[in-house]
Amino acid sequence: MMMAGAGGAARSSGAGASPAPAGKRIEVPIKKAGGGVEDKLHTWPFLVRNEFLMALFVIVVLTIWSLTINAPLEEPSNPTRTPNPSKAPWYFLGLQEMLVFFDPWYAGVVLPSFIIVGLMLIPYLDINPKGNGYYTFRERMFEILTFFLGFHVLWVSFIIIGTFFRGPGWNWFWPGQVWDPHMVEALTNVDLPYLFGFRDYTASALFGLSLIVGYFVVGYIVFYLWVRARPANDPWSAFPGGGRELLEKWGPVRFGITGFLLLAMMGVFIKMMLRHALNIKYILVTPWINI
Amino acid sequence: MANLDWKEVKRQITESQAWQSIFRHGYEDTPRNRILMVSGNVWLHLHPSKVQKHTVRLRFTWCMGGITFLLFLVTVVTGVYLMFYYRPTAEYAYADMKYLEFDMPFGMLMRNMHRWAAHGMVIAVWLHMFRVFMTGSYKPPREFNWVVGVILLVLTLLLSFTGYLLPWDQLSIWAVTVGSNMARATPLLGHGGPFHEVLGVNPIYDARAFIFGGAEIGPHTLLRFYILHCIFFPLIASIFMAVHFWRIRRDGMSGPL
Ligand code: HEM
Repeated sequence: MMMAGAGGAARSSGAGASPAPAGKRIEVPIKKAGGGVEDKLHTWPFLVRNEFLMALFVIVVLTIWSLTINAPLEEPSNPTRTPNPSKAPWYFLGLQEMLVFFDPWYAGVVLPSFIIVGLMLIPYLDINPKGNGYYTFRERMFEILTFFLGFHVLWVSFIIIGTFFRGPGWNWFWPGQVWDPHMVEALTNVDLPYLFGFRDYTASALFGLSLIVGYFVVGYIVFYLWVRARPANDPWSAFPGGGRELLEKWGPVRFGITGFLLLAMMGVFIKMMLRHALNIKYILVTPWINI
Repeated sequence: MANLDWKEVKRQITESQAWQSIFRHGYEDTPRNRILMVSGNVWLHLHPSKVQKHTVRLRFTWCMGGITFLLFLVTVVTGVYLMFYYRPTAEYAYADMKYLEFDMPFGMLMRNMHRWAAHGMVIAVWLHMFRVFMTGSYKPPREFNWVVGVILLVLTLLLSFTGYLLPWDQLSIWAVTVGSNMARATPLLGHGGPFHEVLGVNPIYDARAFIFGGAEIGPHTLLRFYILHCIFFPLIASIFMAVHFWRIRRDGMSGPL
């Protein structure tokens, strides 16, 4: 929109001085001073034209959409009447879904912080020099699969679940199924230490803590050994020297942070599985925090 | 009709006195002029005057960064229109929404466009991030621009979230309540979070009260979100966008080389 108007202004001020007839087009590639041919195009008209057409397309679609579908407006706000279910805006439903598996301090505060910080750290943790500026899967398998687990499997699918499959009481309803606000789901969740026969608070807290610490220790060791065992020219390791070269270039700090974020992310997945398969509520139970 | 000479028609128009009084001279399609078109224009010179072939392809960028920016501009324009009629107080907010819907010329259209563009922006920014990830464009020298991008992503979500409250209907206050309730659970800083005793926070003085402007969602929250939504976050987002664009201009678009 803006660009089109501005383009018109440039027409009268920017162009050359001689009044020449318009319309001659140059499609040949630009010649470099040295005589070689550059793989470059003029921004005007090639890029600006594409941007303009795309902007036009988006605005037309948006206008038609806005003419046909109205933004929702429900009854006036009433702080004394809580709707069931109360859903957060759709882009936060991934976090609300996490509340099924974790306490709010973890699902709503710690986990989002990990996500934001983790995203920001990606360029500093990923030292694979290949795959910069083009699409490739083979040269970046590890990075791409990790991103898929985080973004597609966890974030996007949780939003879809939260939007379409959750009804009153945050119970699972299939699309089209009648929302029965009185549906009761048997709450048979137990804490993991309890399942293992721990009845004493201190002992069960210690057991839970050692499980979590153990998970990270074992996870780090497995991750380390797996990386180290990558042979030379293995596509997973990204370096010709294989896993050993990668570890050497990576250094302990990068390795440590990557491992932590990875294990924390897998932890969400594991907790999910434990809940669905064994109705596990918490792994670690203490008077202050539960995980 | 069939043997109408369009070239002749065009010549007659462009050589008429009226035309020439407006447009002093034609546009000659020379390499020099193509560069001047971009470098001599305050909006266009955000671009370099020449770009690598692949950056023009939809296949490479999906155009998603540009679409994110475009949708941001749409929300700015439509948002200003809405601001003329909307009063951020508990007495008027909801009534003003109804007024916009039924009495204002184009009120409903502007509101719809504002809302759908905002949702579209959230989707576009995610797709943009996904594209940048898939092309590995965050790798050196563009690491920091990725960080700026993540900040923009968070700001986009915050912009959308603060706007969600403004209609002041059941949907908006409860969605925002659910979202903000998380702040109550902040370790140390929220009155429902672990270790809250350490700092002695309570419902009227904790992280959530800071967001709500009080112990509960109310008129103070509405004003707070309104100012964040209309002034603070747009301003901060614009500043980070300026940095984002400047960096892209300096580093050039990533590409296979
Ligand atoms: C308000 C949000 C944002 C706007 C308006 C925006 C805009 C843009 C635009 C117009 C481009 C040019 C290329 C293209 O269209 O793809 C671009 C490139 C880029 N963006 Fe964004 N962006 C935003 C958010 C983000 C986010 C969330 C990230 C990553 C987390 C990001 C990282 C990058 C990087 C690294 C480039 C350089 C890409 C390359 O050189 O190939 N941006 N951005």
